[in-house]
This record gives sequence, structure tokens and C-alpha cells, in this order.
Amino acid sequence: MTTFRLGLLRGNIEIKQFMRQRESVIFTLFFPVLLLFIFGSVFKDTIAPGVTFSQYFVAGMIASGLVNSGFQQLAINIPIERDNGALKRLRGTPMSPIAFFIGKAILVFLSMIIQVVMLLAFGALFFHLHLPHSGALWLRFTWLVLLGSACSTVLGIALAGIIKSGRGAPAVVSPFVIVLQFISGVFFVFSSLPSWMQQFSALFPLKWLTQGMRSVFLPANFASQEVAHSWEIGKIALILIAWLVAGTFLAMRSFKWSRQ
Amino acid sequence: MSAAIEVLDLRKSYGGQEAVAGISLSIEHGEIYAILGPNGAGKTTTVEILEGFRSRDSGSVFVLGSDPGSLGIHGSAWRNRIGIVLQSTSDAAELTVAETVHHFSHYYTKPKDPDSVIELVGLTDKRDAKIRTLSGGQRRRLDVALGIIGAPEILFLDEPTTGFDPEARRAFWELILALKAEGTTILLTTHYLDEAEALADRVAVINAGKIVEIATPETLGGRHLAKATISWSENGATQKKISENPTQDVIEIAARFKGDIPELTITRPSLEDIYLTMIGGKE
Repeated sequence: MTTFRLGLLRGNIEIKQFMRQRESVIFTLFFPVLLLFIFGSVFKDTIAPGVTFSQYFVAGMIASGLVNSGFQQLAINIPIERDNGALKRLRGTPMSPIAFFIGKAILVFLSMIIQVVMLLAFGALFFHLHLPHSGALWLRFTWLVLLGSACSTVLGIALAGIIKSGRGAPAVVSPFVIVLQFISGVFFVFSSLPSWMQQFSALFPLKWLTQGMRSVFLPANFASQEVAHSWEIGKIALILIAWLVAGTFLAMRSFKWSRQ
Repeated sequence: MSAAIEVLDLRKSYGGQEAVAGISLSIEHGEIYAILGPNGAGKTTTVEILEGFRSRDSGSVFVLGSDPGSLGIHGSAWRNRIGIVLQSTSDAAELTVAETVHHFSHYYTKPKDPDSVIELVGLTDKRDAKIRTLSGGQRRRLDVALGIIGAPEILFLDEPTTGFDPEARRAFWELILALKAEGTTILLTTHYLDEAEALADRVAVINAGKIVEIATPETLGGRHLAKATISWSENGATQKKISENPTQDVIEIAARFKGDIPELTITRPSLEDIYLTMIGGKE
């Protein structure tokens, strides 16, 4: 059987295992929508003419959804699979590691699609989210989602290699993601953060991804409210690509099939 | 045809501590070979080097003619010919037995039929059960099913029956003997003597990273040559005699009694006695 077909079979097995764990389905898939409901219902202020906080927040939550489905999910689950012997068992078979990673990518892609669709639907129905109105914006949205997911996936695999035990993984990963969300303009309006925090968060991809999502979902003239007074689309693409390359390299270096 | 597994002067240290301190062994095709030793003797380290999971410090290792430490792009073809049953695992809890065995069959070029493998390990009743609902013994049999699904030429079994009740252990032994009958070479690590005695063609006893002896279970430690101890009751006390010719001696003792010799026993050292002497030598 070809590696690609085996990768599809791995994807099927990954999805089955994921969907049968109710906690992981709820935590990974529904958490962003739940947060959207809470934040969207509490903060109803307008932050600029024609832009409510909930619209701002949905854009950030979509970016966070990509972090959830890739980075958070993989950095928690791969150490667990390393501890329970799943990875070592696979390593002892002729299955190509490439098939394994195709399977993981399929799972990430599926949970990403589900989250993005749910957030778009709930955002549009309840929080006046304006869906992109031009082909060019949809195109931008698509490459942001794909590039953001890819970044999120490789960085999740890279972090999984550093985390020592599966039991400790959520305690390392979840606070990291939450802090990143606070400083990257998901829970707060980014331009209202202290400048040192803005500069610190600019080191990480989430800040750029949320900014990109705002350029898709907020009115074009909101760009003037951004810190740089522009969406900086080219810069976003470059920084995400740089993280993707660095993350791929780190993931290949750090990945381990068993605890040694 | 060369040996299935050939190991020469294998060494591996962890932080200055030699876990494997110069092990050499040669395992023939179709043989069940047991590595017997106490916990921490270096059994698992040795086997994991042979399986390609761990690197070694020195020595040469050939498994089916390849060095597991430098497989490179041939790794997949080599792993297609071996089966590995690791020490206790708890993965794939949400999948069913049938799903898992069928899925793993796709990894190999000439797998066995998944349903007959499930039958062979006695899990047909549990084929649609989630793996997390299996008992320890059933889980272990699933591990074996996944180890043999690829029709391996060599099967590695690392402490396969730890935690089994006696009945489950007997059933497991029959399964292993059935695999041997099909021509599978089996390398087994265990710390159960009865397991080594029931299954193995040859036993290597290792202690503190070194081989103490390699022999058949019957001849280990010169057991077959060991003198018998005759014990009986005479003049109100227990008498003992160490004997090279127990039959002759018993006839002589019997002559002193009109009927039965009271409380007569003739014992030779058990495998356990021999083994404890071997590994306890330093204490």
C-alpha cells in the first residue's frame, strides 16, 4: 500500500479515536464557540464606528481556533501517545512516519474546518459578523487559514517533542495558549495593550494571524485603528512562512517515538 | 542459512552504569529462545537494541541479516519481517479489537487474515469491544495479535505474561507454541521460570548485564547431572542422603524396612533452585 493511502487510513483511525473521546471533542471543538458566546454576550461595546467588540473578538477567535486544532491538540496528545506506547508500537511496524504525520494533518484539518465553520456561523447569526464580501477577501481568508494551520501543526509537534510527560502536557500547553491569546489581541483590543506587550507578542505567530483575520472580517477603514495603521498583509505572510519553516525544522529535530 | 539473530559482545551504558555488559548470543531459525533474569538485569535493554528502538555503545548485532542500529531506508522492509510485543501498553483505548487488528494489517506486505488472527488469540467474542474495556490478559493477547498480524519471521515478546492468572498464562503458552509450530522464531524475555521451562528450546540467564549461562531448560546449571537428595524417616528422625545412584540407594534402604519406606522423597534441584543460585551468587 502506498504511503499516501496509508496516511488516509491513519487519518480515519485518528478521527475515530478523536471523535470517541467526548472530553476532547468538547474541549477542542466547542470551546472556542463557548468562549465566543460568553465574550460576545458580555462585551457589547462599540470599539470603532460600525465595529463592535464581538466582531473584533470573532476574528481573534477564528485565529485561536487554528491554534486549538493544531498546536494545542498535538502538543497535548502526542506526549500522551508517547507515554501510552502508541508511538513506539507504530515505530515497530513497517508504516512510514510520513503516513503517521499525514494522519495527524488530516485530523487537524478536519477539526480546524469544523471550528472555523462553527465560529463563522455563530458569529454571523448572533454577533453581526460580516462574512467577507469579495473574492479577494475569501482568498486571503483561505491562505491565512491554511498557512496558520500549517504553522500551528508543526509548532505543536515541535513542542510535543520537548514536553516530558503526557500527564503534564495540558498544564504546560494550556496556560501558554491562554497567555498568548491575552497578549495577541484575542481577548483585548490589541492597540489598547501596553507597547512592550505588543512588541513581545509580535514575536509569536498568533498576533499576526489575528491581525490577518481582522483584515478579512472588519471594515477596510478599521486598518487605521491598528498599531501600524495598516493591515501589514505582506509582513503577516512573511512572518507566518518564517514560523512554518522554523517550526518544521524544530519538529523534525525534537520528535521522539518513545520515552527514553 | 545464518542464524536468525546474532549478537556479539553487546554493550550499553546509561550514565556510567553498564546495563548490558558484553552479551553474545546466537538464535537459530524456528527456535524459542528465552532470556531469563531478574528485574533490571538488562533484558529489556538488550531486546530493544535488537528491535531497533535503542542504540548500542559497542558490539555487533544482526537480526535477519541486518543491523537494527543502522537500517536507514531499509527499515521498513526489515520491520515488515519482524513482530514486536512491547511491555505493557495502554494505547488505542477508543478503538475496537477488530478495527485495530484490521488497521495494522495494512502496514504489512503479506499480512495474516485479521479475523483468523483475532480467532487465534481468542478474542473473537471481544472483536467489537472497545480496547479500554478489555482485561489485562485480553489486552496482552491483542498486543500479540498486533505483533503477529504481519506474519513475522521473528517475534519479540517482552515479558508477555506479567500479571496473568495461571489459566490465562497456560492459554498464552499454547498460542506461543502454535506460532513456533508455524516456523516463527521467538525471542522471549521473562522472569518466570516455569514460562521459560514450558516454552523455551534454550534459555540464557542474564544478571547485571552479563550472561551467566546458556543452556536448554533441562540442563541449565548442570541440573541433569545434579545429585538427588533422598529423604526418609527412620528411628523417629528424618534421614537425608545425597546420592549419585538414588535407585540403588533406595533399594538398599528398602531392605531395612518390611514394607514402604516411611516419608520417602527423592528430589533433584528445581529450575528455580538452580536459577536462584545463579543470580544470587553475589549476595
